[in-house]
Amino acid sequence: MMRTLFEKWKPDFWYLPVHTQGPFKHMFNFRRIWKLTVGLTAGVTLLPLIVITLIDYNVTQTAIESEILLRTARSVSNTKRSISFFLDERKSALDFLVHDNPFESLMDESNLARILKDLQKGFGGGFEDMGVIDAAGLQRAYVGPYNLKGKDYSDQPWFRKVVESGIYISDVFLGFRNVPHLVIAVKYDLPDGAFYVLRSSLDTYRFIMLLSELELSGRGDAFLINTHGIIQTPTRYHGNVLEPFSLSVPKYSERTEVHEIQDAKGDPIIFGYAYIPNTPFILVIAKLKSELMKPWRQTRLRLIGFLIASITVILIVILGVATYLVNNLYATDQKRLMSLHKLEYGSKMASIGRLAAGIAHEINNPLAIINEKAGLIKDLFCYKKEYADDPRLIRTIDSIISSVERCGTITKRLLGFARQSDVMLQRIDVGELIREVLSFTGKEAEYRSIDVTVTVPDEVPPIESDRGKLQQIFLNLVNNSFAAMEDGGRLEISAVMNPAREVVVSVKDDGCGISEADLRRVFEPFFSTKTQKGGTGLGLSITYNLVKEIGGQIDVESEEGVGTCFIVRLPVDAQPEKENPK
Amino acid sequence: MNILLVDDEIELVSTLAERLEIRGIDAHWFTNAEDALKSAASVPYDLAILDVKMPRTSGLELRDRLKRKYPNIKFIFLTGHGSEEDYRRGAVDGAVYLMKPVQIDQLIAKMKEVLKA
Repeated sequence: MMRTLFEKWKPDFWYLPVHTQGPFKHMFNFRRIWKLTVGLTAGVTLLPLIVITLIDYNVTQTAIESEILLRTARSVSNTKRSISFFLDERKSALDFLVHDNPFESLMDESNLARILKDLQKGFGGGFEDMGVIDAAGLQRAYVGPYNLKGKDYSDQPWFRKVVESGIYISDVFLGFRNVPHLVIAVKYDLPDGAFYVLRSSLDTYRFIMLLSELELSGRGDAFLINTHGIIQTPTRYHGNVLEPFSLSVPKYSERTEVHEIQDAKGDPIIFGYAYIPNTPFILVIAKLKSELMKPWRQTRLRLIGFLIASITVILIVILGVATYLVNNLYATDQKRLMSLHKLEYGSKMASIGRLAAGIAHEINNPLAIINEKAGLIKDLFCYKKEYADDPRLIRTIDSIISSVERCGTITKRLLGFARQSDVMLQRIDVGELIREVLSFTGKEAEYRSIDVTVTVPDEVPPIESDRGKLQQIFLNLVNNSFAAMEDGGRLEISAVMNPAREVVVSVKDDGCGISEADLRRVFEPFFSTKTQKGGTGLGLSITYNLVKEIGGQIDVESEEGVGTCFIVRLPVDAQPEKENPK
Repeated sequence: MNILLVDDEIELVSTLAERLEIRGIDAHWFTNAEDALKSAASVPYDLAILDVKMPRTSGLELRDRLKRKYPNIKFIFLTGHGSEEDYRRGAVDGAVYLMKPVQIDQLIAKMKEVLKA
């Protein structure tokens, strides 16, 4: 498809053979000039455009990525603070209670229920129940929705931990009630060395609310896991509560960390986390990088689309302009060369003409003398009876006179042929003119046994034209045919009159023919298949121009191995030169 | 009938004159324009047959000079240069050009034609 299109639009100069010799070879390699122009213009135009686009692509990508990391880090930090504050608040509340109320007061369940109610009121829910556990691990007092009074916690790990560290915040767990919750426990040491523990369980609803209220872009997910990698709060994409987290537990760090890692499917995710101090929780915010980059990618795609469109337009303009300019350059150069060669050819013809005229003149005078002397001898013989009766003598003299006459005809033709520099319109009998031209090539045809036939019917009228140019045209065509023919070939020249009042002369040979590729170029100056044999490639182009000058048209039909036919159409009445019909 | 014959080739002009004489036509012949002009002063020529190209004074110049003095003289030019056609094109006041070599019968026919006109 592209190839056919290229073949169709291929400019004229593309076919020009590349000259590999001569000092100015680079000046006439139009294909190279074209390539250079297109290459350089496209280079200086497109390179900066592409480089700037690439740099911009990288810079904006890096900027967007670091912005995403920063934003995620901020979200993680803020959320960590909120959760810390939430837990600290509740921890401090319990700590205050255990210090503010004596053991007996806390053991009073009605009092404890009041305290729980106040807490629920003050903190907007969250505290589900409350219990007091003695040093043996037995729950001595309990208020809440479950019946947990008298429960023995002595072998529970959390109990051991609160005994060790005085305060304890648990993981999220199901426990006896089979509902996810967490526990905050505070130890109070009595002066006698005994202790008791105030314990309250918190539902995870407030936690979940805290996390789900976060506005996260890019399919973001904020949730808590514990240090063992168990998911503590619901996540959208990373598993269910109390199931193991799909990714490995991040390394401990006091600060907020944000990294780009790959999820289980291999997609890059932005992974931010922070260890919440004094709790088993790790806050995790995970966002899909591809989602985050989507708006930027879409803008990029639009920009790349625009870039491609711009490059296409630039290339089309460059190709168009370069082709137009180089084609013009080529055409101008062809015109210049043609006129140079016409000039050269003209001066060559003028020199030949002068030479021929000089020779003819010089020969004509001695010829005239021979003529007169022979004539005189004949005259004298005719007056003397003994000579007049000798037919041999008279025949000899007549032979001399007729030979002189033949020489005279030749010199007259030479002179006539040489004098053609001026355009001179006259009525010319085409048949007679062709025969005259053939008289110059008659000997060659005879030696090479070429059969030449001329068919010009009587109804073909004389045409008004320039004799010299017509002679030149037909001489060139006949010579051209002879060059293409083998010895013993056949040359047919015929003329007919067409309805457009044109005399159509065809010069048809049975020579080697012209290939289809060469056929379109035969009239181009310097196109020659005979360069090795001394052809200049000018004969047919000069013929073409001569035909144009006298207002005619020339066409060629040819088949390789069969022969070639040149068809010259000549107006019967003189016409001004036609516009270039090419 | 007086006929003037001028050509710088003596062999040509003398032979031509002799052949004309054989045919009963008297012609005064000269090999240069100056002698011809001198002769014209004494002989009233009816027809001048002149070579176009001659050293010093050309046939055309001679024609002009003769014509000035003797406007009734008719002219025939003989030429070895250029085609008849060219000369026909360049011919003024009905002068006749003949290409060398010319056949005697053709010349005589032209002479009659010119004199009759």
